[in-house]
Amino acid sequence: MTDTAVRPARPAPAPAPRTPRRSRRAREAAPRVRGLVSPHTLTTRRGKIVYWTVLTLVVTLFTAVFVFPLYWMVTGAMKSPDELVRMPPSLFPENIDLTPYAEAWEQLELGTFLLNTLMYAGGAWIITLVVDVSAAYALSKLRPALGRAVLAMMLSTLMIPPMVIILPAYLTVKDLPILGWDLLNTPWAIWLPAAANGFFVFLLKRFFDSIPRELLEAAAIDGASPARILWSIVLPVSRPIIGVVSILSVVAAWKDFVWPLLVLPDQDKMPLSVGIAQLSAQMPQNVLIAALVIASIPAILVFFVFQRNIMAGLTAGGLKG
Amino acid sequence: MTTTTAPRPARGPFRNALRRNLTAYGFLSGALIVFAFFSWYPMVREILLSFQKTNFVDPPEWVGLANLRTVFADAAFADAWLNTLAFTGLALVFGYGVPFLAAIVLNELRHARAYLRFIVYVPVMLPPAVAVLLFKWFYDPGPGLFNQILDVFSIPGLSWLDSSSTALVSLVIVSTWMNMGTGTLIYLAALQSIPGELYEAAELDGAGLFKRVWHVTIPQTRLILLVMLLLQIVATMQVFIEPYLLTGGGPENATVTVAYLMYQYAFNYGDFGGGGALGLMLMVVLMIFSAVYLRVSRDDQG
Repeated sequence: MTDTAVRPARPAPAPAPRTPRRSRRAREAAPRVRGLVSPHTLTTRRGKIVYWTVLTLVVTLFTAVFVFPLYWMVTGAMKSPDELVRMPPSLFPENIDLTPYAEAWEQLELGTFLLNTLMYAGGAWIITLVVDVSAAYALSKLRPALGRAVLAMMLSTLMIPPMVIILPAYLTVKDLPILGWDLLNTPWAIWLPAAANGFFVFLLKRFFDSIPRELLEAAAIDGASPARILWSIVLPVSRPIIGVVSILSVVAAWKDFVWPLLVLPDQDKMPLSVGIAQLSAQMPQNVLIAALVIASIPAILVFFVFQRNIMAGLTAGGLKG
Repeated sequence: MTTTTAPRPARGPFRNALRRNLTAYGFLSGALIVFAFFSWYPMVREILLSFQKTNFVDPPEWVGLANLRTVFADAAFADAWLNTLAFTGLALVFGYGVPFLAAIVLNELRHARAYLRFIVYVPVMLPPAVAVLLFKWFYDPGPGLFNQILDVFSIPGLSWLDSSSTALVSLVIVSTWMNMGTGTLIYLAALQSIPGELYEAAELDGAGLFKRVWHVTIPQTRLILLVMLLLQIVATMQVFIEPYLLTGGGPENATVTVAYLMYQYAFNYGDFGGGGALGLMLMVVLMIFSAVYLRVSRDDQG
C-alpha cells in the first residue's frame, strides 16, 4: 500500500549475495578497467574531440530535461500572473517577488500538510522497523514451526501489485474485521498497512541469516533473552540493512499519493501531496507553483544528504546484471 | 551438560520446543496482525468483492457475475483496457530504451558523473503528485512551457491534454520524466560489473561500437533487462495518478485507464462490486507478469 506510481517499486526476492557488505566493497575497490570505449581511443586526437562533444551534449541535454523544469518552477512562482502568460516568456523573472511563496504557505496551510506528512512518514518508519525487524529476527534466528510457510505467505504479497487490492484494503480500514474499528482519518490507516511489507521482511531476514549462529548462542549461554540478543547483538551489526529499509520506507511514505487520498479525506489530515492536489484547482497559478516548489524542497534536500544510501537502496534487492 | 543450544539447563525437549515457538510467535505477532489485516485479508476480500454487492448498509450480498456483466457493458470498459495497454506500450517505447541508452552513455563519461547521476534521479524523489501538477502547467495550451518552446521555433502550439490524440502521449511523457532515473541508475550499476576484458576481446576481433553493445553489453545485462521489463509492465499497467490529476480520464475517455475506472466505480458511482471486478481482472493479468518475474529472478539465484 505504500508505492503507487510507476517505479520498479519492489525489486523483489532476488539473488542474494550472502554477505552484501563484502561484495559491495569488492565492487568499489575493483580497479576500473575499461568500458565500451577503450582508454586508448580516448587519448587520440579524434577520440578526445568526440568525447568532449558527447560530454557537452549529454550535460546540456540532461540539464535541459531534468534541471530546467525545476528552474522554471522556482522562477515561475516569482512571476506575476501577467508575466506568467506572456509570449514569449521571460527567462528571468522581472523582479524577485516572494509573495506567492508566502501566500502559498498561508492559504494552502502548507504548514499543517507538512507536519502531517512528517507524522505519517515518521510513524510509518518506526512501526515498520519494530514490526518487520522482530518478524525477520523470529523467522531467521528463532525458527518456529511453520516459519517457512509464514515467510512464503509474506513473500506472496509481493506478487499482488498494491493498486489492485486498494478497494478491499480501503474497505478493511474503514471497518476493521472483528474489531469493527474505523481507521479512516487516523494516522493508523497509514502506519499499519505500511508495516505489512514483505520486501522489507525479506531484506532483513536475508541479512540476519548471514549473522553467525555461534555469536548468538554464546550470548544465549550467558543467559541473554531473545529480546536482549536482538537488541544488543543483532541490531548493532545490522545497521547497513536497517539504514536501507529506513530510507525505503520513509521515501515510500513521503511519495505515496493514492492511499492517503482514499483513507484521509479530511482536509486537515491530508499529507502535503494530497493537500496540494486537492486545492490546486482553486489557486492562482503562481501560488500553486510556489506550493509545488515548497513541496519539492524537502525531497531534494533529503536526496542530497542521503544520496549514497538511497542509491544503495535501489539495488538492495540484489538486482544485478 | 551436552546441550549447547538450550539457554538454560534442559527441561525436556518438548518444553524447550514449546518455549522457543512461543517466543518466536511473540516476535512475529505484530507482523502477523498487520499482514493479516492489510495484505492477506484484502487479497481474499478482493475476490469476494467482485461477486458481491457491497453498500455500507446491508451485509454484502452474493450477486454472481452481475458485477462483471455491469463492467463489460460499460462503454468505458474497452477504452480503459485499450488505453492501459497503449500507455504501457508507449511507456515501454519511451521509458524502457531511453534509461538503458542513458546508462550506456553515462558509463563511458569520465566527467560530471556525480552531477548527471544526481539530476537524473531528482524527479524520482519528487512526490509524484508534485511532478504531475508541474507538467500540468507545462502542458497548458495557452502559456504553458511546451507551447512557449514551440512558439520560439515558430511551431504552432499543441493542445496536449485537451486533445484526445495527444492526451495519452502527454501522460506517458510525464511518467517517463519522473521515473526514468530509477532504471538509469540500476542499469548503470549493472554496466559497471561487466568485465572490461570482454570489450577488449570484442574490439580485437574487430567489433565496432554498436557491435560491442549488441554482442557484449546486452548479453551481459540480459537478465536485468528482462527483470526491469517485467517490473515496468507491472508498474505502468497500474497507472492512476497521471489520469487522475491531469485529465480525469478525458477528453472523451481518451485517458481512462483500468485503475482509474476502478477508482471511479468505487468512489464516484459507489459501486465497489464493479470496481472490485475491474481490480480482479487487473490482478489476474498482473499476477502473470509477477509470477514470470519471480521465476526469472529465482533462476538467477541458482
